[in-house]
Amino acid sequence: MIAAFPDAQPLQGLAGGVLIGLAAALMLLGAGRIAGVSGIAARAARIADGDMAMTSAWGFLVGLPLGAALIALATDWRPAELAPWPVMVVAGLIVGIGTRMGSGCTSGHGVCGVSRFSQRSMVATATFMVAGIATVFLLSRIGGA
Amino acid sequence: MTLARRLIPPLVSGALFGAGLTLSGMTDPARVRGFLDLFGNWDPTLAFVMGGAVLVMAVAWRIRARMARPLFGKKFSLPGRGDLDPPLMVGSALFGIGWGIAGLCPGPAIASLALSPGAVLPFVAAMFAGMAMHRLWPAPHPLLDIRSVS
Repeated sequence: MIAAFPDAQPLQGLAGGVLIGLAAALMLLGAGRIAGVSGIAARAARIADGDMAMTSAWGFLVGLPLGAALIALATDWRPAELAPWPVMVVAGLIVGIGTRMGSGCTSGHGVCGVSRFSQRSMVATATFMVAGIATVFLLSRIGGA
Repeated sequence: MTLARRLIPPLVSGALFGAGLTLSGMTDPARVRGFLDLFGNWDPTLAFVMGGAVLVMAVAWRIRARMARPLFGKKFSLPGRGDLDPPLMVGSALFGIGWGIAGLCPGPAIASLALSPGAVLPFVAAMFAGMAMHRLWPAPHPLLDIRSVS
């Protein structure tokens, strides 16, 4: 498996995944909520209505870069290459509209919803996976990737 | 006490989440796009990330079923819809397209504010703008209204 996919990092992937699962479990069992990043971000910006306290929404959002910084400091992390800003703006806009319209993203649907066998989340996850695969395929065909 | 109860569990959850995203390589768009590049040089790492997270959460849902209320809260506040509607499909497809273009979804994007702030800020700012646009969009004819009700 590893020989077939030389770039894969299954152990780090699994360890990171378990941390993400523990994070979502703490949100569920501790705060009684779904750790859905797009929904919490929209709530923090007062774009979405809901009963989640601002303190809780902002606490979660501030935690994300804090945890990222800890790992970057503790491991031999190297900066990733991100797309040029016009591409980032277009992608960000589409992600913003799509996650509101679709009521969630990789965290809320992909992790929290799929793990409780929510029909909506399983359909949403399959849909954004297929759309993402098709997008990367088309971009590679036109030489954009 | 209320402040601490409201702040600390989500803050710790967010930090664990950001740590997991960074450790697993999900803040690197090349790795995410490598996973989505099913017909090219496929990188299965993200499948291990999702698998690990879903396994832990599957256990958490079983524990939750035995709890009357969350540890640090008064009640559970969870989505309960089961119906499939056009906004769910159209919105998820749009999200997938944006995810494929930049190799970023909302969690890694916000976590990356600590890693590559200058490069990721345009994405995060545009994402909030997109969310606001969706909210402010003038409602079309009810039959054509594909906005989510949530």
